[in-house]
Amino acid sequence: MNKNGAKTIPSPILLPKCRTGIQGLDEITGGGLPQGRPTLVCGGAGCGKTLLATEFLVRGAVMFDEPGVLMAFEETEKELKANVASLGFNLDGLVRRKKIVVDYVHIERSEVQETGEYDLEGLFVRLGHAIDSIGAKRVVLDTLEVLFASLPNEAVLRAELRRLFRWLKDKGVTAVITAERGREQLTRHGLEEYVSDCVILLDHRVNDQIATRHLRVVKYRGALHGTNEFPFLIGEEGLSVLPITSLALNHKVSNERIATGIPRLDAMLGGRGFFRGSSILLTGTAGTGKTIISSNFAHAAGQRGERVLFFSFEESPNQIIRNMHSIGLRLEPMVKRGLLRFHSARPSLYGLEMHLATMFKEIAAFKPHVVIVDPLTSLMELGTISEGKGMVTRLIDYLKAEQVTTLFTSLTQGGHALQQSESGMSSLMDAWLLLQDFEGNGERNRVLYVLKARGMAHSNQIREFLISNHGIDVVDAYIGASGVLTGSARVAQGDLEKAAVLASQQEAAQLKREVERKRKALERQISDLRADYESEASELRRIAEQVGTRTLLLGTERAASGRLRQADAKVGTSTRGKSRNGRKN
Amino acid sequence: MKAKALKPAADSRRKTAKLWQLRLYVMDQTPKSVTALTNLKKICETHLKGRYRITVIDLLKQPHLAKGDQILAIPTVVRKLPMPVRTIIGNLTDAERVLIGLDLRAEG
Repeated sequence: MNKNGAKTIPSPILLPKCRTGIQGLDEITGGGLPQGRPTLVCGGAGCGKTLLATEFLVRGAVMFDEPGVLMAFEETEKELKANVASLGFNLDGLVRRKKIVVDYVHIERSEVQETGEYDLEGLFVRLGHAIDSIGAKRVVLDTLEVLFASLPNEAVLRAELRRLFRWLKDKGVTAVITAERGREQLTRHGLEEYVSDCVILLDHRVNDQIATRHLRVVKYRGALHGTNEFPFLIGEEGLSVLPITSLALNHKVSNERIATGIPRLDAMLGGRGFFRGSSILLTGTAGTGKTIISSNFAHAAGQRGERVLFFSFEESPNQIIRNMHSIGLRLEPMVKRGLLRFHSARPSLYGLEMHLATMFKEIAAFKPHVVIVDPLTSLMELGTISEGKGMVTRLIDYLKAEQVTTLFTSLTQGGHALQQSESGMSSLMDAWLLLQDFEGNGERNRVLYVLKARGMAHSNQIREFLISNHGIDVVDAYIGASGVLTGSARVAQGDLEKAAVLASQQEAAQLKREVERKRKALERQISDLRADYESEASELRRIAEQVGTRTLLLGTERAASGRLRQADAKVGTSTRGKSRNGRKN
Repeated sequence: MKAKALKPAADSRRKTAKLWQLRLYVMDQTPKSVTALTNLKKICETHLKGRYRITVIDLLKQPHLAKGDQILAIPTVVRKLPMPVRTIIGNLTDAERVLIGLDLRAEG
């Protein structure tokens, strides 16, 4: 009966134990109730004494082939059968197959007159006969204390009870005796005085209008036992004690990664998404898109052909389907193909224990690859923090053992204090995504970041995510000197940057034009100067020509005057020589 | 079941006369059982002479019969007839209480 693979603690003392077969109880008691001895189960009304006792018998008969006798003082055989039938025990069948004998003992005090001495040999005879008729190894007396009301002579009764317990021990049967819880002592009539080997206390407590059952082994002579109070459930398969502490951390791990359905988110998680079989926490304030991300995750799993079980504690399945449709996520084909199952229930419908039991049952029946709990916080509010944590631990351990990837969403109220209280829960989680609102510029924008992701490189960046008609879009948020900018501020910042680029472009163009203009001006100046130079040069040439002409004319004039004077005989053959000669003359 | 005593109704003076059926459950021949039978016989002879029948059942020999009459205490007397069923436990030493228990006071 050990579905969780947890091992029972071996007792160092060799005290023979009788396995109850009740889930969890054998782990707490280190193997079961003391064999061949009576065990007292006490508790107030409606805390499950009769059920525990009956299950002890039924499991004994079915699982360990140990027939049992149920001596009922409160309920008739018929009532008992009907009561336990609702828990899946076929008491009737076991009675027919002579595995269990039910004997209803009833005394109406008003019909009984007492006179003189008597003993309870009749009870012994009946019990002895029942035990012998089927070779019973287990006996349940439920509830023996009724006799105190039926029989007027308490002194006789006490003496006979003492004898009864000794007789039971001599018979070698393992007995469970149930008793009402007393005010000052464990039982109303002090039965613990007679049954001193093992005492189990059941308790039904109401916290915030929600009832939780607890079990505690008060005493176990000669054996180690868990002394803590353990919550227990009465589910459709009987009793189930939740020994949080004894569950071992030895589940298999997978290296397989599964996509989240949001490519950018996968990219943030080392590019490949979460590990299969990991537990993921998704926290965020109201309206940050927790359900949307969960639905995306579910949808992605559906695309891979995996089964998804969606526990919704706030919305009805149809509401989720409709809402997701509005962002382009179609979940109803998945539901039709049997890949997606919703389980919606109000958290206040029943206590934590019952929710847990229902969830276990659903998971066992549907065998999902992915489980989504949306939101976990609604469940946690049902019990105290430790109870809630215990429950989540057990749930996670169970799911991990089954290699189921689980996404828990958690609603925070914003602010740091709550983030801290959440951290108690987060230590159980393998990955933690945080969704946050950024408020400013008259708008509210969503951002997402990976707070932790065990065993994978993950992005340290804050990303903005947008929810549109096409689903989720994760974009880079603007991170600059003025902090993280999102939404229109991010857009505005982008525009601002564009403007700046444009401005500098314009500036450059301006400069270019200026340079061009200068270059042109320079060229113009150069051409002006050249023009000046050329005009001067041409002037120079003109002057030079003039000078030449004048010299020639001068020579001619001198020759003419020489001829006139006839000073020189040779005229005109060499003007220069003649003139030189002439000048020398 | 052994019929220890059976007397026909002889007391014709009583109009309400009818057969009383009493069962005495004992366990072996213990002193308590023996006393109880003696006491019961005495009371019946006094008050129900001739119209009673006592059946003594020894649970040591017939343990399965204990369940039928919801026997816990030994000895127990069960008045099967007249109806309703009445039960007296103890060795019947207090005759007065036995009469109350058997509802014989009115007739006695």
